[in-house]
Amino acid sequence: MTALLELAGVSAAYLKARILFDINLVVGEREVVALVGRNGAGKSTTIKAVMGIQVSRTGAVRFAGRDVSRLPAYMIARLGIGYVPEERRVFSDLTILENLEVGRQVARQGAPTWTPELLFEIFPNLAELRHRPAGQTSGGEQQMLAIARTLMGNPRLVLLDEPSEGLAPVIVEQMAAAVGKLKQEGLAVLLSEQNLRFAGSVADRAYVIESGHIRFEGPMRRLLDDAALRRAHLSV
Amino acid sequence: MGFILVQILTGLSSAASLFLVAAGLSLIFGVTRVVNFAHGSFYMLGAYIGLTLVAVFGDLFGRGHLAFWSALLCAALIVGAIGALVEIVILRRIYRSPELFQLVATFGVILVIQDLTLWGWGPQDLLGPRAPDLRGAIMIMGEPLPRYDLVLIAAGPVVLLLFWLLLNKTRFGILVRAATADREMVGALGVNQAWLFTGVFFLGSFLAGLGGALQLPKGGANLLMDFGVLAAAFVVVVVGGMGSIAGAFLAAVLIGQLQAFGVLFVPQSTLVMMFLVMAVVLVVRPFGLLGRPELVGQGRQMLDDPLRPTGWRFKILALVLVALLVAAPLWLGDYGLVLLIDILILALFATALHAIIGPGGLVSFGHAAYFGGGAYAAALLVKYAGTPMSLNLVLAPPAAALLALAIGWFCVRLSGVYFAMLTLAFAQIVWSVVFQWGTVTGGDDGLLGIWPAPWASDRVAYYWLVLACCTAGILALRHGLHSPFGYALRAGRDSPLRAEAIGIDVRRQQWVAFTLSGAFAGLAGGLYAYAKGSVFPNEMAIARSFDGIIMVFFGGVQQLSGPLAGAAALTWLKDLLFRLEMWRLLLGLAVIAVVLLFPQGLAGFLKARFGRFVGIRPELSS
Repeated sequence: MTALLELAGVSAAYLKARILFDINLVVGEREVVALVGRNGAGKSTTIKAVMGIQVSRTGAVRFAGRDVSRLPAYMIARLGIGYVPEERRVFSDLTILENLEVGRQVARQGAPTWTPELLFEIFPNLAELRHRPAGQTSGGEQQMLAIARTLMGNPRLVLLDEPSEGLAPVIVEQMAAAVGKLKQEGLAVLLSEQNLRFAGSVADRAYVIESGHIRFEGPMRRLLDDAALRRAHLSV
Repeated sequence: MGFILVQILTGLSSAASLFLVAAGLSLIFGVTRVVNFAHGSFYMLGAYIGLTLVAVFGDLFGRGHLAFWSALLCAALIVGAIGALVEIVILRRIYRSPELFQLVATFGVILVIQDLTLWGWGPQDLLGPRAPDLRGAIMIMGEPLPRYDLVLIAAGPVVLLLFWLLLNKTRFGILVRAATADREMVGALGVNQAWLFTGVFFLGSFLAGLGGALQLPKGGANLLMDFGVLAAAFVVVVVGGMGSIAGAFLAAVLIGQLQAFGVLFVPQSTLVMMFLVMAVVLVVRPFGLLGRPELVGQGRQMLDDPLRPTGWRFKILALVLVALLVAAPLWLGDYGLVLLIDILILALFATALHAIIGPGGLVSFGHAAYFGGGAYAAALLVKYAGTPMSLNLVLAPPAAALLALAIGWFCVRLSGVYFAMLTLAFAQIVWSVVFQWGTVTGGDDGLLGIWPAPWASDRVAYYWLVLACCTAGILALRHGLHSPFGYALRAGRDSPLRAEAIGIDVRRQQWVAFTLSGAFAGLAGGLYAYAKGSVFPNEMAIARSFDGIIMVFFGGVQQLSGPLAGAAALTWLKDLLFRLEMWRLLLGLAVIAVVLLFPQGLAGFLKARFGRFVGIRPELSS
């Protein structure tokens, strides 16, 4: 397996508070990796550290063999990393289609090329709402839009920050199906999750993060089977 | 009836230029969060360049329609390019600085453009060219309306429509709207913000230039256009709602009508009326007619370091400085002392302003009202009560505080740019009252003969008095910010919701701080009146307010000693350059250079560079 994304010795701070300590993490091509941990463990910060937004970081972030740790966020996005933030951050005054347009980038080699129509196949709910301002859609629809908008950039890797947060169970299922579809299309996914059931249903491999340190790394199966491990690092 | 109709049409035609300028200002602010003070200068440049191009094109292609209109368009394009250049060369380097720091740079640009325009076109007002085939007037129900007004009346809606198409039907427009809402997210989606910002600056400056060029046949060109239109454009943007183009149009029409009819009823107070309308709108609709609440968290991208108690080495340094100042008359002549008096007074003024801007997190664009308020309070007491200086200096701060108390009650309901604009509006209202109430305040002629008491009439004695008052005032402000009151104030700035949740009445806290800040500004004003022996409305004018803001940001808004450094540096620099020809150009360039070299302000730079020597721990870099 070749590493698509690699974090080597990454530490990160938000303002002056250090959140991450010496994180080592790898996401392979076509691999779905879950980053699980309790509230405040550093999941979102890890994702933001990849994009280099809102946090200051040290250590190396490599993408497709290239050091991206000194690049601005827009350059990282243009290399093929798609970021879906936890708060979704859809542009609420813009229609669904306009939101997708903001995310659009040129076609990229080694990654599927998306169009609004293709995305509406994965997220059929969005199709009927295409001319509606994003601010007037439900939380689940906004989450789908946030993912679809990022896919318009034709990424090779998608960073999904807490994709199931605050969603109704039926929507969470749709989300899981969508992640499965992305994997099928050949994308790699790094997702942060508190919902272990959701993570377990989509991820190949998992990292457990606690207080800014990686505590476990291995196949998702092993985490699901090891109750003691889960109790130690994940139970509240 | 015909008269009223023509008056309405006149109002609509004067709304056109205003709308163009305001739309550009609003667009630039919406996307880049830069309050572009230089926007009025772009408007002025549009007029002057248009003037030249109309003449040149006329010689080349004959004086037909094509030459005239393409000259105006080219002038606007050139101004757009100048705006883009300002963004690329200056502003792009300082987007990461504290919020509003960029306005110092745009202030430098104003000065540079003023002198370059003077140098290029001379000091006299220039008459605009007439548009071909649009001379004279048409009669509407027996009343004349200049033909050219019809062009202007059409220009507003046409530009509004084009603007709407641009924003809604092009990728650039969609990105602009997205960036107005959440520019960081736009960047994370792969959009290079730098070029988006440059594009926005081009477009905004283009509109300002077009506004300036289009009004040529009506108003010509003069060197006062820049500040003249800036105040009105700010009013339009804020009344319409920051970032709303349709709102800007609506507000421009409203202000245009106000000016057209205001001239009939209260000829000399159109400016007051404009600001009065703005104040009323903001009190009723805090985010303007079509605006929406400012996004929380987008404004403040950078948190200030916590204030630390002053270290003993820094205290010794301060003591040495005070000792040197006390001894200054030993080697400084009269001239030096006058300069030092100015610096001290302005340092107190800037420190008072900084307290509300920095730790308070509220940028007041109208603090001259309290500086001037203190000055006028002292002067009026001399004039009408004949009270002695010591009493007047004691009464000046509470008088200014009373003014700040009344105005602050309205202003602290708002935050961010809306707060800034409302403080500006009130300051302008106070200024116009002083300016126009000649029988009491002396109007433009000011109040003369405000001389210190005999015991302080000697220059050195008065200098020591100023030194004592200003040092005490600055120390008091400093102490206040390190007290629980100051903690609560900063808590309210950094997180209003959490501060409210632990029982701090944030608004009241800000209101009190605003009032106290006004009081100290008033003390500075009182001292200033006696230092000069006179008071003029200038002490309350926009320029004085802006001077204060520039000092605060120039020195470094994140440092308590910032306003001291800013006041000293700027006053000294002005004094140094004032005697030179093109001093504005030099001052402007100096301001821009400092902004580019020290993006944390002078004091911020000094602290980072030399802080450890005086016991200030260098901060962890974030």
